[in-house]
Amino acid sequence: MSEAFEILFTASFWVAAIRIASPLIFATMGELICERAGVLNLGIEGIMVAGAFSGWFTVYMGGDLWTGVLVAALTGAMFGLLHGFLTVPLGLSQHVTGIGITLLAASLTYFTYRILLPEVSSPPKIEPFQPVVVPVFSDIPVIGQALFNQTPLTYLAYLTVAAVAFIFYRTPVGVAVRAVGENPAAVEAQGISVTAVRMGAVMAGSALMAIGGAFLTMSAFNSFFFEMINGRGWIAIALVVFGSWRPGKALIGAILFAAFDAYQIRLQQITGGVIPYQIFLMMPFVLSIVALVVVARRATYPKALMVPYQKGER
Amino acid sequence: MNAIQDPEAEIVLRLSGITKRFGGLVANDAVSLSLKRGEVVALLGENGAGKTTLMNILFGHYTADEGEIEVFGKPLPTGDPNAALGAGIGMVHQHFTLADQMTVLENIVLGTQSIWSLNLGKARARAKIRELATDYGLEVDPDRIITELSVGERQRVEILKALYREARILILDEPTAVLTPMETEALFTTLKKLVAAGLSVIFISHKLGEVQSVSDRVVVLRGGKLAGERTTSETTRRELAELMVGGQLPVNEIGPSTPRDVLFELRSVSTPSLGGAALRQISLQLRGGEITGLAGISGNGQAALAALIAGTLEARDGDIVVHGAPVERWSPRAALDRGLGRIPEDRHATGMIGDMSVAENVISEAYRSPRFSRFGFLDWKAAAAFADEIIKAYDVKCPSPEARVRLLSGGNMQKLILGRALDGDPDIILASQPTRGLDVGAVAYVHARLIEARDRGAAVLLISEDLDEIQTLSDRILVIHRGQLSKPSLRGERSVMELGELMAGHGVDEGAPHAA
Repeated sequence: MSEAFEILFTASFWVAAIRIASPLIFATMGELICERAGVLNLGIEGIMVAGAFSGWFTVYMGGDLWTGVLVAALTGAMFGLLHGFLTVPLGLSQHVTGIGITLLAASLTYFTYRILLPEVSSPPKIEPFQPVVVPVFSDIPVIGQALFNQTPLTYLAYLTVAAVAFIFYRTPVGVAVRAVGENPAAVEAQGISVTAVRMGAVMAGSALMAIGGAFLTMSAFNSFFFEMINGRGWIAIALVVFGSWRPGKALIGAILFAAFDAYQIRLQQITGGVIPYQIFLMMPFVLSIVALVVVARRATYPKALMVPYQKGER
Repeated sequence: MNAIQDPEAEIVLRLSGITKRFGGLVANDAVSLSLKRGEVVALLGENGAGKTTLMNILFGHYTADEGEIEVFGKPLPTGDPNAALGAGIGMVHQHFTLADQMTVLENIVLGTQSIWSLNLGKARARAKIRELATDYGLEVDPDRIITELSVGERQRVEILKALYREARILILDEPTAVLTPMETEALFTTLKKLVAAGLSVIFISHKLGEVQSVSDRVVVLRGGKLAGERTTSETTRRELAELMVGGQLPVNEIGPSTPRDVLFELRSVSTPSLGGAALRQISLQLRGGEITGLAGISGNGQAALAALIAGTLEARDGDIVVHGAPVERWSPRAALDRGLGRIPEDRHATGMIGDMSVAENVISEAYRSPRFSRFGFLDWKAAAAFADEIIKAYDVKCPSPEARVRLLSGGNMQKLILGRALDGDPDIILASQPTRGLDVGAVAYVHARLIEARDRGAAVLLISEDLDEIQTLSDRILVIHRGQLSKPSLRGERSVMELGELMAGHGVDEGAPHAA
């Protein structure tokens, strides 16, 4: 039992936790931006698949790693444009549209993969992002290694959280995004286009989701597999609720969830097959449901979440 | 407010020949209007006369089908709120346009600077808001979240939003509908300061009294058309009322009451909260032959009280006593079985089912009775006959009992509800906001029926946010504040100002029972 406890104090455990958290951080920030603007984006799961593939394929075709990230982001933004167009100016059901986007993005990706790589049996590998040790900071015991011995994409994830928080609370565009998710009529009355703000937010959020997907193929692993997103998009949606739509809290949620995930992998190794491994796989999900019940029951939703806005409607 | 003495004053706003149609409905029919510098023009009209539509066109929320708008001599492009803001028009909507989870400051600066700027400039904004607030009597803390503010404070934020943008023309849409009498006074003081500073104001209202006390000129709309224009000092309340209604104002005679036994009683009842405050240990007696009026600002527990009596909200503790006998289990069915007539607050949400027929709706409280069903099968003939009966007796304008309720006007829908609730002469009647959104004729009709019910010995509870209505109809008046009731007062015993004090929470607690 003490062995199970000691895991928590090893640097390698926390390094893994942060690595697992990184794609969740991107995806959660992406979803958070969309929802704060009043648009639920259930396309997240599919957009992550598309991002994972397009980023990886760019690099496989000889592109630079950062070019890959950019292509992934653009791919996400394109799906965001589609989701935004259907839900904002047309005001269609955000649930139905989102699920449609997920199915479309995932299937389109698998289809493209088959067309572009018809002959391969096992997916080809690329040279992914390598860990970059940040001097001085990485010398802090346990946490230093965990936070500052990661790939550049993880550092980008930290920056994203800081940027989202700054933009939301310190800049006019952030105020507009939050207001449009609270009361679109207030934004309209102040002379700002509700459609433009929502479309922009959905596209930016979708781009972040796609980078989250690309993290898996370009940083965590070095190749593209089917089913590799494996529900991470859905977890990000839960994390947004867990974080009460606040970037900082959502970040903590992502790290917690990832820590549970890293922990269960190590517990599987310790128990050595006595307990069926599926029990451990289940653990982070069960814990996230418990956390949701405990933490998020009193969360205040963005008031206009999932409410389409039609100008001049009676 | 004396632009009248100065006929040379510059015309700041001119609307000419504005027409707006919604499908077949003509909401505005060739309406023209002008506004001078430093002038308050009241736009008077009934609900549905087209006042709000006209102002929404001016502000760019709707696009007019015909007509032109000139602001400070320049034509205003239609359908663009930004153009209206840029031209110096500020609008305070009846339903506030505030983002509730954000601060006052964030709401005010929204859209006032380049959207890609990296700085909100909070310090400068805060200083400017404070200055405007002191100058015009609009005190509010810029750093508070909107949800923490009272309705009056929220309205101040709306006015500050316009002033922050240096609006020269301010449009206020039914600004007093949500205010207490004291807050209304404060608003009028602010308006005086604004016109003294050279602003012009359009004040939309359907209340004659305030129109007379605040405006220089009155423009009356009726059925989307311009019904007349008067200088306030040269007109009478009666003349304005007749212009507004297009004829004689119907008047209800209400005689002295003859109180009888207590028919319905609450004994220190508490409830969970519902759309506002929860009820805290309230006691209430409704006597036969009396209308008991419940005044109060919206959200102070009226919704919980109405739901409690109707049986849709369960009491936490305390007793409900009907006809002198305590009730074991109170529910909507128990309420109906004991002869309670209910006129719900929201006729669309809880009063009627819009997509079902008139006949289906009128039997919805009594479909189980042998009158309308046998062995579990509905008797459609009886239902249609009953619907016809209500349609005739209550003068409901509708094509047939098969018509869908959604297609009826608010007034006709309310008459149906009234017919359903008053069928079989119930001796306890719950009337929640029974005249909200109705035109003057329909209001008079509803009032007449409630008085009739009182005179035949029913106990009526009238819940209303309209203090005029409460004062006209009620034999006994209670004020609700934060889920507690004031001591009752008899007709005419308390003045408007005294009731206003109670509505604002001064002195309600001392009158509330604390028997634990």
